[in-house]
Amino acid sequence: MDPVPATGLLAVSWLLIALPLAGAAVLLLGGRRTDRWGHLLGIATVTASFVLAVLCTVELAGTSGRSVGVDLFTFISTGRLDVSAGLLVDPLSMTFALLITGVGALIHVYSVGYMAHDPARRRFFAYLNLFVAAMLLLVLGNSFVALYVGWEGVGLASYLLIAFWYTRPAAATAAKKAFIMNRVGDVGLALAIFLMFTQLGTTSYAGVLGSVGLLAGGTVTAIGLLLLLGACGKSGQFPLQAWLPDAMEGPTPVSALIHAATMVTAGVYLIARSAPIFDAAPVAQTVVVVIGAITIMIGAIAGCAYDDIKKVLAWSTVSQIGYMFLAVGLGPIGYAAGIAHLLTHGFFKAGLFLGAGSVMHGMGDQTDMRRFGGLATKMKTTFVTFGLGYLALIGFPFLSGYWTKDAIIEAAFDRGGVSGYLLGGVAVLGAGLTAFYMTRLMLLTFFGKPRWEDGVHPHESPAVMTLPMVVLAVGSVAAGFVLVQLAPLADWLAPVFGEPEEAAAPAIPPLVVSVLVTVVVALGALTAWVFVGRREVPTTAPARVSLPVRAARNALYADRVNEAVFMRPGMWLTRALLWVDDRGVDGVVNGIGTGLGGSSSRLGRAQTGFVRSYALGMLGGAVLVAGALLAVTAG
Amino acid sequence: MIEAPDLSLAALTPLLFVFGAALVGVLVESFAPRHVRQPTQVALALVGTVGGFVSTLLIAGRSEVTAGGALAVDGAGLFLQATIAGLAALSILLFAERGLDPAKSAFVASAAVPAGSPRDRELLTDERVQTEVYPLATFAVGGMMLFVAANDLLVMFIALEVLSLPLYLICGLARRRRLLSQEAAVKYFLLGAFASAFFLYGLALVYGATGSIRLSEIRESVSTDGTGTLLVLGLGLLIVGLMFKASVAPFHTWTPDVYQGAPTPVTAFMAACTKVAAFGAILRLLYVAFGTADWTWRPLVYGIAIVSMVVGAVLGLTQTDVKRMLAYSSIAHAGFLLTGVIGLGGGTGSGLSATLFYLLAYGLTTIGAFAVVTLVRDGDGEATQLSQWAGLARRSPLTAGVMTFLLLALAGIPLTSGFTGKFAVFRAAIEVGAWPLAVGALVTSAIAGFFYLRLVVLMYFSAPAEDGPSVGVPGLPTTIVLAVTVAATLVLGVVPGSVLDLADRAATLVG
Repeated sequence: MDPVPATGLLAVSWLLIALPLAGAAVLLLGGRRTDRWGHLLGIATVTASFVLAVLCTVELAGTSGRSVGVDLFTFISTGRLDVSAGLLVDPLSMTFALLITGVGALIHVYSVGYMAHDPARRRFFAYLNLFVAAMLLLVLGNSFVALYVGWEGVGLASYLLIAFWYTRPAAATAAKKAFIMNRVGDVGLALAIFLMFTQLGTTSYAGVLGSVGLLAGGTVTAIGLLLLLGACGKSGQFPLQAWLPDAMEGPTPVSALIHAATMVTAGVYLIARSAPIFDAAPVAQTVVVVIGAITIMIGAIAGCAYDDIKKVLAWSTVSQIGYMFLAVGLGPIGYAAGIAHLLTHGFFKAGLFLGAGSVMHGMGDQTDMRRFGGLATKMKTTFVTFGLGYLALIGFPFLSGYWTKDAIIEAAFDRGGVSGYLLGGVAVLGAGLTAFYMTRLMLLTFFGKPRWEDGVHPHESPAVMTLPMVVLAVGSVAAGFVLVQLAPLADWLAPVFGEPEEAAAPAIPPLVVSVLVTVVVALGALTAWVFVGRREVPTTAPARVSLPVRAARNALYADRVNEAVFMRPGMWLTRALLWVDDRGVDGVVNGIGTGLGGSSSRLGRAQTGFVRSYALGMLGGAVLVAGALLAVTAG
Repeated sequence: MIEAPDLSLAALTPLLFVFGAALVGVLVESFAPRHVRQPTQVALALVGTVGGFVSTLLIAGRSEVTAGGALAVDGAGLFLQATIAGLAALSILLFAERGLDPAKSAFVASAAVPAGSPRDRELLTDERVQTEVYPLATFAVGGMMLFVAANDLLVMFIALEVLSLPLYLICGLARRRRLLSQEAAVKYFLLGAFASAFFLYGLALVYGATGSIRLSEIRESVSTDGTGTLLVLGLGLLIVGLMFKASVAPFHTWTPDVYQGAPTPVTAFMAACTKVAAFGAILRLLYVAFGTADWTWRPLVYGIAIVSMVVGAVLGLTQTDVKRMLAYSSIAHAGFLLTGVIGLGGGTGSGLSATLFYLLAYGLTTIGAFAVVTLVRDGDGEATQLSQWAGLARRSPLTAGVMTFLLLALAGIPLTSGFTGKFAVFRAAIEVGAWPLAVGALVTSAIAGFFYLRLVVLMYFSAPAEDGPSVGVPGLPTTIVLAVTVAATLVLGVVPGSVLDLADRAATLVG
């Protein structure tokens, strides 16, 4: 169905993007003058966007068809290529807009406290605003090209924010890694877009998704797989998962916003948005499911072995996004379930990261869980909010994760046949592992004897930090119930994915699934208590460990494989880029006199060694050439 | 649906060979274990370039326009491709030399390490080698071979970038004198980008004037619609872009610095192959697209040829560094080559075959000369100061002898290929009535002869310095290069007939 033209408030929905973009522009261009109030402006723009998003959503709910197009301007118009920029306001895009601006606003508030002592706080808020604007463009754009622009924008912002503490070599390396691995995915997305264009002559959602039926099966599969490559890069899915845990070098609010709640779920959005393509390409859909299942396991296994609190959460994110991929790969039955899990995950994972940040804040930026312990009494608010997020994540009955993860597991079983049991089994096992590593994290961090380093005095974080955590904790508790039972998301998303269909005869009754999952989760948590909670925790990780543990510590060596495939060539590229940057740009800007001093001692007056005079010489020559030619032809 | 353009795969074999090798090289770089990389990469680059060379010989005689009109496979194009591939194979051998530098390679193992840092000093003696240079060079070779076959200004531009970008990189990879090397690379890059912009703008203007970027269509448009200001301006900017790559004065300014700073094997590669490629493109542009309007550009090229010869010869006199001296020699030779371009007349003169021959001869000789430069070393690497070469003949008569012979060839002394080549291009220029140019060329080649001879005198008749450089014992690759280049320089000087004949038969341009 073609979107109807926007009226009323929806006609200005571009303000959603423009507000944070303007915030970023002011903060970046305003320089030090904005230092004093920069963070407040950052919060204000995102909050305003959130309010607008709420109003737009209300208005959208009242329109018939619930799909509204906003034409902005002609973006590219050369020959056959005609891309006009516009927004598509529909339930799917507004759902994401609410998540992005809502969680975004909370994390902006939190960052005021977290980054209070950082001299570059203004720059941090500028990047965050930039990220929010790009992410909104990604989800609100009405064509794959607009999505790509946003896609690159969030990539850039993510890169800037991972490397925010660029003086740390680890941060700089991680940023490069993220950048390069994302490039691999981006190439896939770009190719998919080119393919759509050559085959259909358009890249708008309406044009492409409406005419999937006209394409040959092979072409659709190719487009689907290329889109999937893009999605895997951005969402840290197998085989491009390695960058995400490393991205934890960025400030913790960044990890919460970008690398847990929003950007990394863009891959899920892409696949859900391209639903008609994947529905028409069963092969691609199967690959999505398989990748989701593999990633669930990789993330969960690696999560069990790490001692760094943020890395465990990062692997957990990888694993949870695997669930979402699994869901959207299942086809119509799973889209809404995947998006619902995405939303609840956005709440509890953002909350968990903010909690981790709060712990680090109190522990002198320590991230090694072996040096925590016994924090439950010292940081009560953090403990309670983190604990609720933890329960939501592992799927404690009637909290958010329980509703949305169970829906995915049910859908997997409903696929039927051997593959259904296999996928469902993986999903259940993943839930058990999740319970194990998260319980281990809780025990190591908040219970047991303190194993703090000398001179560390844990204290609760200020209210500006705990308040967002409380809000997110409330979401972690309630969102699942609301989205699945109270006001089913599937109904709200029906204009996009079609009416929710009930499986005719579920392979396994939902109640059985529910009980099974709960039992497995309980077993996982119990195992963690037996192995971690009852014992003395050494402050350094034991070196002599069994093979499986060692494999898990190395993230199943996938990291290493990826390094061989992507990092080696990537490092070469980076080296080349850096070198050009260092030598070229600096050399021209400030170093002509000093940096190129090696030239000064040379003989030959004409050969000064200065690039500028060489270029001037060439320009003079060019003028002479043009003049001579004109003189000849005129004369 | 976009229809696939017609592709005559057979006619493209040389290109496919080289680009294929380059792509496999990238894979090898990514996947092969470190200890096998060097031999594999060398073998691969050699297979690519030699394969490209052999396949041009196998398809010699073809004359067609393929790839939807974007590529012209013709006699001149194949001759130039064979020249580039052959010279490139020799350069690769120089790259692969491991016996000279104590660290076993002329290339830095980790280019991103800041020069002069402790890590950098470690790398000086570290035996890790840089193998990325081979696929990069192979890509550049592919770009060059595409460049001379481009029948379309856009393809020409793309080929220009494909050949240039790897060159910018490998210029900065010298193991020793890193700052100089990196400075050279940046200069080359900045100025190269500047020149590319000229070329691109010229392309746009020509397209605006004629409505086409295909060389043959431009020619038709020129003959029917004449030459407007827009077209002439476009032509001028295209010429600027190409002359830059050919290091023709006044667009030569980068040449001495880059030739000096780049690792010497890379300098040899650039001096030989880039020159061939750039002149191939110049010939194609001027004769295929603008051949019917040669009155527009002839006076200009005339003037540029003189400027280039004079600048190269005169400034070469004051140089104190061997590599810089050879750079100015390269600039002077570019001027000589332009006399051959003038000698093509309306497209019927013998200038084309003369230019083809000159390019081959000059390329071989200059690679040989730079190969000798890699041999003369002291504790800090290559000793390129002229003063350090004093009395070299007493230390190593053979090396000095080889260098003398090659310098004589560059100076154009009879019985060397340099003489045959100069003779051919000057004759072509005189045939079309450009005798003042030929006279100027003779005078400047005499001036240029001075600085070659100065080095010869220095090597034979000066007392060696106390702590002068030693002459390294070349490994097998460098020995092969020296043997081939010296032999070729001699053969092309003594019995050039068959090769001149070949160049004559190859001298056709389609489009």
